[in-house]
Amino acid sequence: MERILEVKDLRVNFKVRGGTVQAVRGVNFHVNKGETVAIVGESGCGKSVTAQSLMRLVPSPPAVTTGSIKFKGEEILTKSLRQMENIRGKEMGMIFQDPMTSLNPTLTIGKQIMEGLVKHQGLSASAAKQRAVEMLKLVGIPNPESRVNQYPHEFSGGMRQRGMIAIALACNPSLLIADEPTTALDVTVQAQIMNVMKDLQVKFGTSIILITHDLGVVADVADRVIVMYAGKVVESGKTRDIFKNPKHPYTRGLLESVPRLDQKKDEPLIPIYGTPPDLIKPPAGCAFAARCKEAMRVCLPNDPALVSVEGEDHRAACWLNHELAHPISSEGGESA
Amino acid sequence: MATIETKQGQAVDPQGLTKADFQKLDHSEKKGEVVVRESISAWKDAWLRLRSNKYAMASLIILLLIVIMALIGQSISGHDYRSQDYMATNEKPSSNHWFGTDDLGRDVFARTWMGAGISLQVGLYAALVDLVIGVIVGGIMGYFGGKVDEILNRICDILYSIPNMLIVILLIVVLEPSMFTIVLALSITGWISMAWIVRGQIMQLKNQEYVLASRSLGAGSGRILFRHLIPNAIGPIIVTLTMTVPNAIFSEAFLSFLGLGVQSPAASLGTMINDALKAMTVYPWRMLFPAVLISLTMLCFNIFGDGLRDALDPKMKK
Amino acid sequence: MSKGNASAAAPLVKASNGDALIEIHDLNKHFNLGGGQILKAVSDVNLKIGRGETLGIVGESGCGKSTMGRTVMRLYEPTSGNVMFDGKSLYDLKGSEMKAVRRDMQMIFQDPYASLNPRMTITDVIGEALDIHKLAGSRAERKKKVESLLDVVGLNPDHATRYPHEFSGGQRQRIGIARALAVQPKFIIADEPISALDVSIQAQVVNLMQDLQRKMGLTYMFIAHDLSMVKHISDRVAVMYLGRVVELAESSELYANPAHPYTQALLSAIPIPDPDIEAERERVELKGELPSPINPPSGCPFRTRCPLATEKCAKDTPALAELKKGHFAACHYASV
Repeated sequence: MERILEVKDLRVNFKVRGGTVQAVRGVNFHVNKGETVAIVGESGCGKSVTAQSLMRLVPSPPAVTTGSIKFKGEEILTKSLRQMENIRGKEMGMIFQDPMTSLNPTLTIGKQIMEGLVKHQGLSASAAKQRAVEMLKLVGIPNPESRVNQYPHEFSGGMRQRGMIAIALACNPSLLIADEPTTALDVTVQAQIMNVMKDLQVKFGTSIILITHDLGVVADVADRVIVMYAGKVVESGKTRDIFKNPKHPYTRGLLESVPRLDQKKDEPLIPIYGTPPDLIKPPAGCAFAARCKEAMRVCLPNDPALVSVEGEDHRAACWLNHELAHPISSEGGESA
Repeated sequence: MATIETKQGQAVDPQGLTKADFQKLDHSEKKGEVVVRESISAWKDAWLRLRSNKYAMASLIILLLIVIMALIGQSISGHDYRSQDYMATNEKPSSNHWFGTDDLGRDVFARTWMGAGISLQVGLYAALVDLVIGVIVGGIMGYFGGKVDEILNRICDILYSIPNMLIVILLIVVLEPSMFTIVLALSITGWISMAWIVRGQIMQLKNQEYVLASRSLGAGSGRILFRHLIPNAIGPIIVTLTMTVPNAIFSEAFLSFLGLGVQSPAASLGTMINDALKAMTVYPWRMLFPAVLISLTMLCFNIFGDGLRDALDPKMKK
Repeated sequence: MSKGNASAAAPLVKASNGDALIEIHDLNKHFNLGGGQILKAVSDVNLKIGRGETLGIVGESGCGKSTMGRTVMRLYEPTSGNVMFDGKSLYDLKGSEMKAVRRDMQMIFQDPYASLNPRMTITDVIGEALDIHKLAGSRAERKKKVESLLDVVGLNPDHATRYPHEFSGGQRQRIGIARALAVQPKFIIADEPISALDVSIQAQVVNLMQDLQRKMGLTYMFIAHDLSMVKHISDRVAVMYLGRVVELAESSELYANPAHPYTQALLSAIPIPDPDIEAERERVELKGELPSPINPPSGCPFRTRCPLATEKCAKDTPALAELKKGHFAACHYASV
């Protein structure tokens, strides 16, 4: 399969008063053409910073980004700002959580869609406008001919997010980065937006990186899942493997802590106790050890590597997958 | 897999880990929930931010020096600000008279610091009056809203629409110029901008959930206003204050320049500049020192106020 | 803290046995926006909550669920209607009587960052409740009480002198709960208490709330848009749409047999964190937009988006009718 994005040993540090926050600590992953990869994790796990650094949107300074991001074979991190401008919007599109603040309130939706078309594809104003109307129709906005001349405040939350998607996809980018695209929306609207994204992916063959904390959304749309914790990838694999056969206690914890609509009542929730570590001073060993029910002696001083586990393309960074450990799936484990 | 070797009957992996390393930890062996970062209050946090602002800190130090000199300046010169010496009028700066003397032979150094003291006092008192009236009126407008707000707001509008200097000059002419009348005159309309700022803050804050929480606990208006709303509006209030002081100093200097300031033999920086104006081309030092000092004071207050705003409310920066 | 077996052991008192702690009668709350525009946030709500019961209130943003909670809390004065709390007519109470009732009903808020005064230490945040009702005779007693409350919600009492910004979202929410508990209330309105928290932390807070309910016999009104969590914690659930209750039933009944077309759409929109189930699910996608509560549709508020709507729905507003024991729906065509 063709890889359009390959991220190697990505690290992002932020200088703050009193130290350096290691927001992303050596992340490796790739995205194939036409697939949807979900990055899940809790706030502060580095998922948004990772996504933003793919487009070089992390403000630098204070951020220092190292490692390698290869997009269609070209290194992103060494590109000039000018070169980046030609990639943003044209090759990579991005949609954000809050459609109100990510749209310019002083320009009509149409103008904002046309901007990229005129800049990147050299379309004439009239051709760009026509394309803008088409895009609005594609994302399911009724009366696109009149809506194209309206301003963001005249749109509801769901419609704004559709408009945002239209802007991001106008130049037919090969990669769409969606950072919590439905978090600010109601469930019924979320369902509509996810359907729009799925339809457009089939139509355009766009690869999607979906940043979210909602495991339900992930189960619905993702092909592969990357689970992040404290700035690192702790597990990655095919969606089915992650949900049905999680190999990291954090992934399991996430799945157990959310109630499911299809569950019989009164199965108690199993929370993950404690809070994520402060990334000014990340722990030496496994960052999850302090909250992990299965933590072992080896976990405190030694950081586990992301290694292949059972299942195709399934990796996890946990000592429980080591040959000497008791297997993760056995209840209670064995006592040594 | 073949990676596991056996040494002395123990399984060892290539990194040297043994079965013993894979024993489950007790709860006590894990590090519990720890708050790593140092505990700091909002005030200390603001102070740390302010301290890292070089310009603001330099301004603060200069302002402190000016205050100290205003307090002790007269005594270290060895000359009284009032004593006239007709044998030594309009002298250049010298080792005896550091800033020279004026047309009545009074020591300019002593008079400059005396004037600085008066100017600072005017600024301080005007700011205090603004603070008290502005916070009370603004607080009432913001907290009660509705009709009360409407009425008070219109009163403010009307007061604000009267040309400021006109009332001030009128009042001083009627009441005889003195520091008290100057402060009074400046305060008549000065508190309005403070009231508006407090009003805006309170309106924003009163729908915060912590205020609702306090109300649902049964807290009365007084507690909500003084425990929750005003403490959280204190940043903008202080910033407005640091901007009020130089404005008042400036207005006082302007009034003195028109001859409506404090009366001789007392001096403010404004009156000194006014006196020196007549002979500006011949004896420039008489004007130079008070003019430089007043500019420096204003500049420092403005830079410090800016720094204070950034420190108290980092979101407002730029 | 929670011993895992969350609500299973709780002896649940249902409202149907006649002993209601809260009775809401024909409650209306309209906001006058000026210019003759009236926003009908809450319309004709009738609900009872039994002692020890948890009533869930769900609906999308703008459905009036928060306004309803705040009006029941008497943070807003109602436009019309009445609330009987523990036999007292809430809106007729004055001054000291009202203050006394405030001890019995408390609120937990949504935003753990906005619900604690940033200039107060945790001791003062929680201590304020004790001060207002003069529940602590001396400073030492106040301190002791605050520390024991922190212990109850699972926080380290040594942290009492710290400021809110030093705590994580989940910890702040615990502080908010401790503040509410300080006056030993009978009834707590939780307004989206977990929607701002990470999933692993949500389970901690929900388990804590269930634990406290069992220990202290609390009655909850649990307002949320997360239907999975509401199902988990509630005995009965009321679904709101445009200020009206459109369906009310025991939670397992509501989720198994939703009668109102809106409830059906809402339930089907929620993604389930299981890729196998998601792959097979059919969604009822709602058409159109949420109408404005300033100018709601005539008759049934949902008719503009309802697949079943007929002319009758435009004329008559359906009343909340009992379809079978304990299951109510406001729809002309609902059947169980």
